[in-house]
Parts: sequence; C-alpha cells; structure tokens
Amino acid sequence: MTLTLTEVEHIAELARLKLTPAEKELYRQQLSAILEYAARLQKLDTSGIPPTASVLPPRSVLREDEPRPGLPVEDVLQNASQTENQQFRVPPVLE
Amino acid sequence: MTDLHQLTAIEALEGLNLGKFSSLELTRACLKQIDALEPGLHTFITRTTEQALSQALAADTTRAAARQDGSPVPPLLGLPLAVKDILALSGVRCTCGSKILEHFMPPYTATSVQRLLDAGVVVLGKTNTDEYAMGSSTENSAYGRTFNPWDILRVPGGSSGGSAAAVAARMTPVALGTDTGGSVRQPASYCGVTGIKPTYGRVSRYGLVAYGSSLDSVGAFGRTAEDVALLFSIMAGHDSLDATSMDVPVPQIHLNGEASLKGLRVGVPREYFISGMQPEVESGVKQAVQQLAALGASVREVHLPHTEYALPVYYLIAPAEASANLARYDGIRFGERKDADAMWEVYYRTRGAGFGAEVKRRIMLGTYALSAGYYDAYYGQAQKVRTLIKRDFEKAFESVDVIATPVAPTTAFRAGEHSNDPLAMYLEDVFTLPCNLAGVPGLAFPVGFDKAGMPVGMQLMGPHFREDILFRAAHAYQKVTDWHKRIPGIAK
Repeated sequence: MTLTLTEVEHIAELARLKLTPAEKELYRQQLSAILEYAARLQKLDTSGIPPTASVLPPRSVLREDEPRPGLPVEDVLQNASQTENQQFRVPPVLE
Repeated sequence: MTDLHQLTAIEALEGLNLGKFSSLELTRACLKQIDALEPGLHTFITRTTEQALSQALAADTTRAAARQDGSPVPPLLGLPLAVKDILALSGVRCTCGSKILEHFMPPYTATSVQRLLDAGVVVLGKTNTDEYAMGSSTENSAYGRTFNPWDILRVPGGSSGGSAAAVAARMTPVALGTDTGGSVRQPASYCGVTGIKPTYGRVSRYGLVAYGSSLDSVGAFGRTAEDVALLFSIMAGHDSLDATSMDVPVPQIHLNGEASLKGLRVGVPREYFISGMQPEVESGVKQAVQQLAALGASVREVHLPHTEYALPVYYLIAPAEASANLARYDGIRFGERKDADAMWEVYYRTRGAGFGAEVKRRIMLGTYALSAGYYDAYYGQAQKVRTLIKRDFEKAFESVDVIATPVAPTTAFRAGEHSNDPLAMYLEDVFTLPCNLAGVPGLAFPVGFDKAGMPVGMQLMGPHFREDILFRAAHAYQKVTDWHKRIPGIAK
C-alpha cells in the first residue's frame, strides 16, 4: 500500500489542512506504512458479521422537547476571534 | 506535619475528618511539592493556585460549620485533585495540549469534574496531555513534554501523562485522566500508579473534548485502588447531558473487608504474552497473577483470538472519529484563526498552522479511511472486526470474572525513541486498545520494577459495568504487596 503525492493532497484537501511540501512527503510515507499494517484486516473473513456502531445495548435516549435557556451569548462568543453585533464574523462565503 | 502531600486520598480525608490538619495545610503541602518538582517534571499546563487556596479555605469553613451543628460533610471535602487539560472546568482555560486552543475558556464544566467539585475537591490545576489525547508519551503536547518522575530521560506515558506523573511525584493524591486507547492505564503503568478506565458509558463524557467518541472514557488516577474507587464511585452514574451515558446503578464499593479472593476466576490470555515483549514485564505480571492465586483466586487460560487485529482496528476507527470530531476547529467559533480573504483559505490555514504533527496525521488517516472508495475496505471492515474483538471478550467472560494482562509490552521508553516512527509508537498501545474497542472496564496498577528501576504494570479487565471486581482484586493485591507504596527518588 503506497500512497501517491496526489492522493495525499486530495486527503489534505478533504480534511481542510494546509500542508507544506515536506509534510506531504512525510505523511505520504508514514500513512503508507500504517495502511500497509492495517491491510492485515482485509484477510479476515467478516461475511455475516455486523459492524459495531456502539458497544452499548441499543436504547432510546429521547426526551420531551422542552424549551430551556442556552448559554448566555457573551459566554458563547467569548472564544471567537472575531465577532460583530453579537454574531460570529466570517469572511465572505459567496463572491 | 510536613509530609501531608505523601498521604493517599483516604488517609488525607481521614486526617481532615479527625481535625488532624486543615485542607489549607494539605493543599499548601501539595502546592509546595509542585513548586519544588514542577520545573523538572512539567506535569501542568495551567496551575490554579489562587483558586485552590480559596477552595481549601472554603472547605475548612464548611467543615468547621458542620462540626458545630453535626451535619454530614461532602465525601471529598478539602481533597486536592489535578484535572487533565481536556476536561472542561468553567473559567479555567482548556488547551487540550493544542496551540489552537491556547486561549480557550470553556463556558461550562464537565459533569465528571462537577460531581467531584460538588463532593468538595480542591483543584490544583490542569495537567499536560498529548494534543487532543492523541499519543502514548505526552510528547505531543504543544506546551512541551512531561518527564517521568522515576527517570526524567523517559516518558510518563500518555496521553494522560501529566496526571499520572503528578500522582507518582506526590504532587496530588489523585488526578483525572481520559482513556480512548489506553491513555489512563498506560501512563499509570509507566509511572507506577493505579488508574481506572471505566466501562464505556459509565462516566459522563459531557465536557470531555471529543477525540474518538465511541471509545472515549473519563478515568482517574491514585496511588491505591481504594483512592481510585472512591473517585470513580462519585463520578460514575447516569447523566442526561451525555446520550451514551448509561442508566445503570453504581454499586457501593466496599474495600475494607478481608483480602481473600476466594471464588474469583482469573483468566490469562496467551495472546497478551508476545515475542519481543520485555522479559521483566512478562515475569512481573505472571508473578502478580500467582499472587492473586495465593489470595484464593483460581487462574485459567482464556483466548482472545482477535487481539492482534485490535491495533489496526483502533488506528482506523479512532482517527476516523477524530477526523469528524476535529472538523469543528475551523477558527470561527473558538480557537486561533489564521485570516485570509476567502472562507476556505481560513480553514486551510487555521488548521494547517494550529494542529500539531500527530493530530494532522490522524486526521489525514481518518479522512482517508472514510473517503469514497476506501470506506468499506478500511472503516467498514474495522467496524466488523471490532465486533469480533467484542465477542472474544463476551466469550471469555462466560468462564472468568477478570482477565489479567500486562498494560504495555515494555516499561517506560526513552523520550524521542519513537518520534520518527508513528507505527512503533502505536505498538505501545497493543494491550490497552482491545478494552476500549470492547467497551469493558480496565484497571492498571504496579506489580514490580524492572532492572532500570522503572515500574511494571498489570491490567485487569472485567465485564461491562463490573469495575467493582477490578477494584476488589487490585485492593486485595495491594494489601499484601507494597509496589504501590514506592516513591520516586525525586519525590521523597
């Protein structure tokens, strides 16, 4: 299992990570080695085996939809790098 | 008294209740030990000294008032505690060992921490961790590594290395950690202390910054099984703020009875004694199993045939979950933002600059495992093999009450030893991962030392929601041995 640089760039784009050329090459090698190791899973016959979504018994965790106060706006905004009019300020999404 | 920081939690609470010393004196003793050793060990990211002193003072006032009118006091009133810096404590920054959250102030407190605060603890500070709990050595912290109190050239284990080292160095009697693939048990083993990873769903994850949500659990460290059981019993129990929290009664754990383990069935899986493991780890654990037998337990071999697949399963599932969980760090609502003209560019730059190497590696790995064309072969297959691993445990627990294994193949390794080889680092987790994948509880505690003077740890695993059996067995062992009483030279 050897990843190409193009594949690494594609994954970084999906993950929204800006990588330096050195990082790309390093991750190409390291991820290839890890995926090579993980390839041993392919040898196991898992036909008829259900995937484990949760280790806990399935159960309902629904509750009544009752309105209740959330966190104060100031508390929620205190960690944002840019705010305006009690909102998060972001760069334009549409041109 | 000058050595209050050497007391266990049970001893400290007894002294407080008898009026032998105050919480302020106890807290000051811990702070003094931290002042003396912290420059060398670097166990904390953020210290909360002023807050600790005022909490201690308030605890003493509460106790004095209770003494006057004969009312009961909260069970942990005035007891110092350190908290891993990945659990939210309102008003104290929570960095998760990451540069991206350097100035993050959580607006609420984790349920596990809140329950301990309600029980009266004094918080000494937030301890060092691998960034977002991703690591086995606490070398992946953006705030610098933590040093093992037994040998500063070695790592304390990880990711809860700060908490484990602080407890071992007698800076605090108890501390909180979290365990996604061994992050409580492995550092407990490397530092010679006792640590619990509870059953998945046993302790609320509310306020625990998410890494691998189907695996994450909140645990605790102490120097005795008794101390850890005390913290566990207060943190455990249903919480409506965590949808995976189970509404299962928490048993009272009474550990004061006789040390006999008569009737306890201990299973030893041969898959956990692999070639290449340190001989002193193997012999230490086997001797500890014999000690359990000497206490009345019966020992038999069990099989966990899919053990060898736990590592690749974990290192696909956990990164996959991490890649989704860490998508929230985009620089908009919290965290450091790298500015750019276009929205996408803000994301790329913020995340590229804010995350450390291991976090980026796992996000990349997880993204790949979930990506179109590879999902079935990697993530899907890993989730199926996870079922096989879980069934191994279910089958084993039909014939035994606990499973005894080493915690890690070696004692603490040297800092930098695995820095350039992530796969070699991941292999340190080979004996702790299956427990998280199956969701069962695991307890680590010291059972010896190697020739270099580094602690050897044993792991006991039990069926879902049977932490009480693990505590009982470890407590019985600690009543007849004194490995857990050894103190690192620098902490004496």
